[in-house]
Amino acid sequence: MSERTFDVVGTRPVRHDGVDKVTGRAAYGADANWPGMLHGALLRSPHAHARIVSIDTSAAEAMPGVKAVLVGAELPDTNASISLGEAAIELRDMSHSMLARTKVVYHGQAVAAVAATTLDIAKEAASKIVVTYDVLRPVLTVDEALAPGAPILHDDLVTKGAAIGPKTNTNLAARYEFKRGDLDAGFDAADVVVEREFRTPTVHQGYIEPHACIARCGEDGRAVVWATTQGPFVVRDASAAIAGLDPAHVKVVPSEIGGGFGGKIVVYLEPIALALSRKAHRPVKMVMTRDEVFRATGPTSGTKTHVKIGAKRDGTIVAAKVSLWYEAGAFRGSPVGAGAMCALAPYRIPNFFIEAHDVVVNKPKVAAYRAPGSPMAMFAVESVVDELARELKMDPIDLRLKNAVDEGDQAAYGPKFGPIGLKTLLRAAKTHPHWSAPLGPNQGRGFALGFWFNGGMNSAATVTLGADGSAAVVTGNPDIGGTRAAQAMMVAEELGIDVDRVRPSVGDTDTAGYTDVTGGSRVCFATGMAVINAAAEVREELKRRAAKIWNVSPDAVAWEKGRVIPPTGAKETKSGADAQPMSVAQVAAKMTHTGGPIVGRASLYAPMAGPGFGGHICDVEVDPETGRSRIVRYTALQDVGKAVHPSYVEGQMQGGAAQGIGWALNEEYVYNRDGVMENAGFLDYRMPVASDLPFIDTVIIEVANPLHPYGVRGVGEVPIVPPLGAVANAMRSATGVRFTQLPMSPPRVLEHIAAREAVAVGA
Amino acid sequence: MIPGMLSIRYEAPATIADAVKLIQADPDAKILAGGTDLLVQFRAGVRTPSAFVDVKRIPDLVGIAIDRDGLRLGAAVCAAAIAEQAEVRRIWPGLAEAVHLIGSTQIQGRGTVGGNLCNASPAADTTCALLVNGAVCVIAGPNGERTVPVDAFVVGPGQTVLARGELLVAIRVPRPAPRTADAYLRLIPRSEMDIAVVGAAASVTLDAGGTCTAVRVAIGAVAPTARLVPAAAQALVGTKLDESALGAAANAASAAAKPIDDKRGTAAYRRQVAGVLVRRAVKIAAARAENR
Amino acid sequence: MKLHIETTINGEPTEFLCDGHETLLSALRNGLGLTGTKEGCATGDCGACSVLLDGRLVPACLVLAPEAQGRSVTTIEGLATGDALHPIQRVFLEDAALQCGICTPGFIIAAKALLDANPNPTEEQARFWLAGNLCRCTGYDKIIRAVLDAAAVMNEGAAV
Repeated sequence: MSERTFDVVGTRPVRHDGVDKVTGRAAYGADANWPGMLHGALLRSPHAHARIVSIDTSAAEAMPGVKAVLVGAELPDTNASISLGEAAIELRDMSHSMLARTKVVYHGQAVAAVAATTLDIAKEAASKIVVTYDVLRPVLTVDEALAPGAPILHDDLVTKGAAIGPKTNTNLAARYEFKRGDLDAGFDAADVVVEREFRTPTVHQGYIEPHACIARCGEDGRAVVWATTQGPFVVRDASAAIAGLDPAHVKVVPSEIGGGFGGKIVVYLEPIALALSRKAHRPVKMVMTRDEVFRATGPTSGTKTHVKIGAKRDGTIVAAKVSLWYEAGAFRGSPVGAGAMCALAPYRIPNFFIEAHDVVVNKPKVAAYRAPGSPMAMFAVESVVDELARELKMDPIDLRLKNAVDEGDQAAYGPKFGPIGLKTLLRAAKTHPHWSAPLGPNQGRGFALGFWFNGGMNSAATVTLGADGSAAVVTGNPDIGGTRAAQAMMVAEELGIDVDRVRPSVGDTDTAGYTDVTGGSRVCFATGMAVINAAAEVREELKRRAAKIWNVSPDAVAWEKGRVIPPTGAKETKSGADAQPMSVAQVAAKMTHTGGPIVGRASLYAPMAGPGFGGHICDVEVDPETGRSRIVRYTALQDVGKAVHPSYVEGQMQGGAAQGIGWALNEEYVYNRDGVMENAGFLDYRMPVASDLPFIDTVIIEVANPLHPYGVRGVGEVPIVPPLGAVANAMRSATGVRFTQLPMSPPRVLEHIAAREAVAVGA
Repeated sequence: MIPGMLSIRYEAPATIADAVKLIQADPDAKILAGGTDLLVQFRAGVRTPSAFVDVKRIPDLVGIAIDRDGLRLGAAVCAAAIAEQAEVRRIWPGLAEAVHLIGSTQIQGRGTVGGNLCNASPAADTTCALLVNGAVCVIAGPNGERTVPVDAFVVGPGQTVLARGELLVAIRVPRPAPRTADAYLRLIPRSEMDIAVVGAAASVTLDAGGTCTAVRVAIGAVAPTARLVPAAAQALVGTKLDESALGAAANAASAAAKPIDDKRGTAAYRRQVAGVLVRRAVKIAAARAENR
Repeated sequence: MKLHIETTINGEPTEFLCDGHETLLSALRNGLGLTGTKEGCATGDCGACSVLLDGRLVPACLVLAPEAQGRSVTTIEGLATGDALHPIQRVFLEDAALQCGICTPGFIIAAKALLDANPNPTEEQARFWLAGNLCRCTGYDKIIRAVLDAAAVMNEGAAV
């Protein structure tokens, strides 16, 4: 399979949805308006932690223009859970988080909703709803949440997993352990041990398009929802359960999506819009403000991690202990488990112990953010590995090569690795010109690895052939990164037709086969496989039709680059002339008389996709008088298995790197003592802008994934993982300071540089 | 009209007198220049005016003129238009720098120096540069026109000396003396877009031998208002701006800073960096003055 | 009582009704159905609402709709002529300079303003000019390359 040559896969056609996007025609969530539409607005809690004593909606209901008012008590309670890509979530928690019942557990949590004829009226009406609270003390960090006597968020929370100590009356939602070998013996055998504690802040996915939807509950109880989402089937099933509808009567139509990164797998508005529509008997549109997006949609966890690694003098790692505490936000379910599984993934370590803690705090419930859980854990481990390399006086890439996992090794998180490109990547990094380029004054260089398992899960696809030999392909995955282009390329490859003559589209929950979310780096892999299989079915049907035309057995018909080839001596049944090879178009033209329309379908559940490794090289320059830093050079290497459309693979690597750089240098949620976010906007939540970054060079490594016909691995999530460690290791190189707390913003950097100088002078 | 519902007027007076009349009669009517502060505050529910009084149709407020005495900058000229003026860049490079640093290109297409001054944020980029250039505010009101030096115009965060019915119509910036030039620097965490964490401006006059004969130093974002630092100036006058003089000026700047801890920076950081930026701004201004 | 505004949008005389406090962004998207200009933050910090007002690059979320009276507005919908994409639009597609596409209209408008003012920008000039346009998907790499490529294409066209 790795020897297969491709005609279309690996080229760079212009994406099919491109013209609509560059002309502004493409319709995103907030771009639709339906006749008779009302506007919804939410009243949000001013307290981070409080009991709701009473809610009086009468003033809002009395306002002219107000057509419906909703409070949490009107929604049913549900005990269902739903699979959300890489995690399962209790719908009861999602429902309570979306619209509070008896308690508010984060600042900005919605407590009431209003639908009115204009947005101004809806907002004014919402402000007239009177809520009395019994204010409680919030907890805002894992330390505060786990301290004795801490206020408890949920009386009914019971610690899952391997808790140490009481499992009730606690904010510890879960504790897991992973172990191998004999940790103490391992450390005893070590010649060098490095141990550090790290902290990372709460950060947001930062998608530019806020959440938006329109919902209409009809006279017959059937509902339609238009929404920007990574998972239309999640929206359907979760909204139905939360709003108390039968999912069989709910259709979800996904709009174009303006970024998600995992943050649009969760449902925030749709059930409320549905419930309001049901009350008002009119469609209801709800669009979040940027302020609401920051305060009330899942960022990812702030964390505390403790890493201890021991190695022999020759660089062999013999023991590792990793302790993780992740903030779940106000309801259980941080990605600490995934973090625990990724932390040591690149390394062969005979003895390790990993403990993972999921802790609730009075912040919005966290949602998936690109390789959820991995960046924070690997930041810590890759920083310690870097320190180890310094102590051992070894090149940091050589140290990693010495301990790198390879095919046949058992991963720290369980399964045996198939073919993986980690060592290839490390060798490519070592010989890349960036690694040996000279550095200027006040500059430093760092390297770090990243890993993500990549998902498989449920996918379905339909390929329909036109009588003119063109094809349409439909799947249920919203296109975040260019997957429609990739799918069209796969159909073109399988059928030997022009990629321009394939029309890829995203269906809705009625027209597309059930599919799991656009996430987990699985669309090109798993949905792609369904597309390939569906196209293959079309190809087999074309051969059967040709066989009919030539009156031969289908097994005798050959296929070659978009043509069916007759066996020697075959004759055209009708005319009696010698049979000639036919193009797809020629066979398709005869479909009516050879059996009817030609449609290929495929559905599958794919096991875990090919695990992906990435490694980034970062050069940073620091102004020692102000602590301000800038990235001067950046190279991202990644094993992607097979790049279907290399431009979009590069795009994923560059985009993930940029997010990781922002996380490392400037992004953080700033909270005051009352649990109110102080920087809920793009001015003070500092994501990288164009002048903050250089060109990001990419190196695509292709070690084919045997689980996929083309060798594809998931690509989208891995690239956000290496930057945290790469930038921190570069800062260490530039300043001599090991930064264990992110972000490495100028005040923090200057403080540590000054402290280090004070020590140096004192010494 | 729905009772209690938003009913905010939009007015676009054509003359200064009309504008004065409007805001004199209704103190809740707010002057709209670029809207980059006012509309953000309105959107956040911090400020709800009874009317937006758009002054950009008044010719006097949107003109830029340079004559023998100096620059007359209409209060509602957008930053981008100022930055495009080659003569402004040549004569007052520090002021041009400060103006050009107000936000993104889009914000530059709207934000005005007048609005920046009147919003009176402690971190306003232009205030420092105007202070070191000895700029003067031209104010129109019910009793006619008056002028107030910039260093007396802003009295606290969000507070100016404008009385009811008064609006800022122009800023006059005197021509620098011979062998005099200015510079403005600011510290932000990213490379663009951020509000200044620390700002520093300097105007330096050198004699033929390179000795500093006059200087003004101002710091911003490190106190309730941007302010001149006379002690820093004193440390520099009469010197050739050697390391010792610069160090003394930097220390004076740090000492004059009265910063707070906030989401953009710590007090300690601001005090430290105020000194660093003053030193650097003085050196740049001096290098420019040398070439004049 | 709504205000009646007469303006020019993408070269066409246009009128609309609006409230005194309504933004130009809202008037474009809701009143006129021109949804190509996007709202990302409503505070002028993301550039997704970039339009040209009398040729000047501005954030439509910080312009009041009545300010458009007698002025001319250019939005993304006005860039293509007939069925010919503007060179910037074409190069963005060829260079794969978009992923989710939500920031793309804002970037294209901002890039047009850049190349109108400075037909031959350096990489650094392009990055600083476009610093007010946030993109979360691409890391800006392919966008900046596309802008520089578009400059080359447009200068070639002009030279001929």
